Amino acid sequence: MKKDLKEFKTFPSSTIKEIQRAANEGIYQIRGLGAKRKVPDFDDLVFLGASMSRYPLEGYRETCNTSVILGDRFAKKPIKLDIPITIAGMSFGALGANAKEALGRGASAMGTSTTTGDGGMTQEERGSSKYLVYQLLPSRYGMNPDDLRKADAIEVVVGQGAKPGGGGMLLGQKINKRVAGMRTLPEGIDQRSACRHPDWTGPDDLEIKIQELREITNWEKPIYIKVGAARPFYDTTLAVKAGADVVVLDGMQGGTAATQDVFIEHVGIPTLGALREAVDALKELNMHRKVQLVVSGGIRTGADVAKAMAMGADAVSIGSAAMMALNCNADLYVEDYKKLGTEPGYCHHCHTGRCPVGVATQDPKLEKRLNPIEAGKRIKNYLTTLTLELQTLARANGKSDVRNLEPEDLAALTVEAAAMARVPLAGTDWIPGKK
Amino acid sequence: MNFDLNKKTLREVNQHLQNVDRKKNTRKFEILNPQGQHAICAGLKDDIDVTVKGHTGYYCAGMNQKATVTVHGNVGTGVAENMMSGKIVVKGNASQSAGATGHGGALIIEGDASSRCGISMKGIDIVVKGSVGHMSAFMAQKGNLVVMGDADADLGDSIYEAKIFVKGKVKSLGADCVEKKMDKKNIGELTKLFKKLNISEDPKKFKRYGSARNLYNFKIDNVGAY
Repeated sequence: MKKDLKEFKTFPSSTIKEIQRAANEGIYQIRGLGAKRKVPDFDDLVFLGASMSRYPLEGYRETCNTSVILGDRFAKKPIKLDIPITIAGMSFGALGANAKEALGRGASAMGTSTTTGDGGMTQEERGSSKYLVYQLLPSRYGMNPDDLRKADAIEVVVGQGAKPGGGGMLLGQKINKRVAGMRTLPEGIDQRSACRHPDWTGPDDLEIKIQELREITNWEKPIYIKVGAARPFYDTTLAVKAGADVVVLDGMQGGTAATQDVFIEHVGIPTLGALREAVDALKELNMHRKVQLVVSGGIRTGADVAKAMAMGADAVSIGSAAMMALNCNADLYVEDYKKLGTEPGYCHHCHTGRCPVGVATQDPKLEKRLNPIEAGKRIKNYLTTLTLELQTLARANGKSDVRNLEPEDLAALTVEAAAMARVPLAGTDWIPGKK
Repeated sequence: MNFDLNKKTLREVNQHLQNVDRKKNTRKFEILNPQGQHAICAGLKDDIDVTVKGHTGYYCAGMNQKATVTVHGNVGTGVAENMMSGKIVVKGNASQSAGATGHGGALIIEGDASSRCGISMKGIDIVVKGSVGHMSAFMAQKGNLVVMGDADADLGDSIYEAKIFVKGKVKSLGADCVEKKMDKKNIGELTKLFKKLNISEDPKKFKRYGSARNLYNFKIDNVGAY
């Protein structure tokens, strides 16, 4: 921008462009992935590390446990994961079969779980996943009791961080014959899933629904309840009341295959604040560590994982970052990004089905760009890196188990983060709002 | 073989019915004193015949496969939800979401069914001998909903490829649901269904409703339909 030109703060050029696009087209924008706006996040926290009053563990030699058990409240067969980093629910339909297989391969190699999505369970995914969490969504696409029994855990999806209060969306260009068949829908239609479950409303009903799921699966499977970060204190409380073994909390930075941009950017609260509230709820109920808390939405690095765990999460879940490990937004096939009107690093065009790197597509030619074996290795490498970073930070704070990380290990760099995470502003003992 | 839910737990009864010993060749079961318990006969997966003597709570015969379950009473929310196959007969009335998301098999309700009967149905055949509540067959994808009485407001809202047949009055149709011609093919299909389910009815007395397919792909011109 030229120095002598002054941009409108209320109407920056991006806003003017959007107003003019809306004026021309008369319809909202639909896109994939998560919020692009800056919100307070884990980057606004730092670890204090060891000092005179805290002994560090030797960084390379002393053990630091990363395993976690999920679902031991009621389920006969809880899941023991080797690392506290899971793969979030992403549908076959939104992602291609190769991408789903790669996620399963990578997660299995690391002894962790992956998750189905709005569209049912594919053989590729079940076959490649050591631990597979089967989602029960409002649409119930592809839901059947045989797959329910094949799953290692069941996740009742109430909401999603990218769009709490909204249902799934998969535009017609991604509804090919196989996807349509699995969802019992005509090919090529714009599939807009229901936002509410068809056979229960509210936590009292959900408690009964969970009882039914347990009866069908012989009380073996852990039952997760996934909520978008809307009112996390109350949602977590009600999920515990409804009988959840595990609460999955998805913050507003969480991604989606497709939804309205206005929904992604303006509904739900950031993961940082949501996590604190959920932990408060569990502690108030004396259920912290008894009902496990899995947090997702904007987890990118081992530092994010460690900070989430220090704030009280038992595990985290990654979706968008896992897609990026598969090559989403990689600097490849640049001409195809240009055809979509975008470029690597900026692409959010999952909804078009024209994913240049073959991750979020049902086009056979594009899908061939993703080799599930090689991509599975990248997922494994990425999960390994996150785990090593997590252990490094845990040891630096004197912890022999990553779940021993605690809020006292953290300081905030901004007043907003201090208030949301309820840890002191760095260099002070001040926690905004705490008396 | 009888099970008395005053004497056995629901888990014990369901576990037995879900794991029938084929060598014993016992195929008929009776459940006494259900007392409105939830999830009775949920997750059955074998070709057995269960009679429930009394009222049941939510999700009776949920996700049923192959079994025939007859309830001599009323049923709560979500009877036969997500049923895959088999047959469920309700001698009384059914609460909300009867047959929700069902993929196959047949659900016969001899009384009335409350709202959202057949919501998101995916291939099941539902026959209601009485009337159905509002928003029945909402987002119904496949299968048949047959109503011998009346249908309340917003029948078939956002319906996909499921077919609705109503003998009585329809208060109103939901978004994208329209009355369709009841031609020979449809009469034949309904005749076949009645014959299969041993129901004495004249298919010619029914009107057919289904999707206008105008909302299958989002068009700004249709925005007023929502």
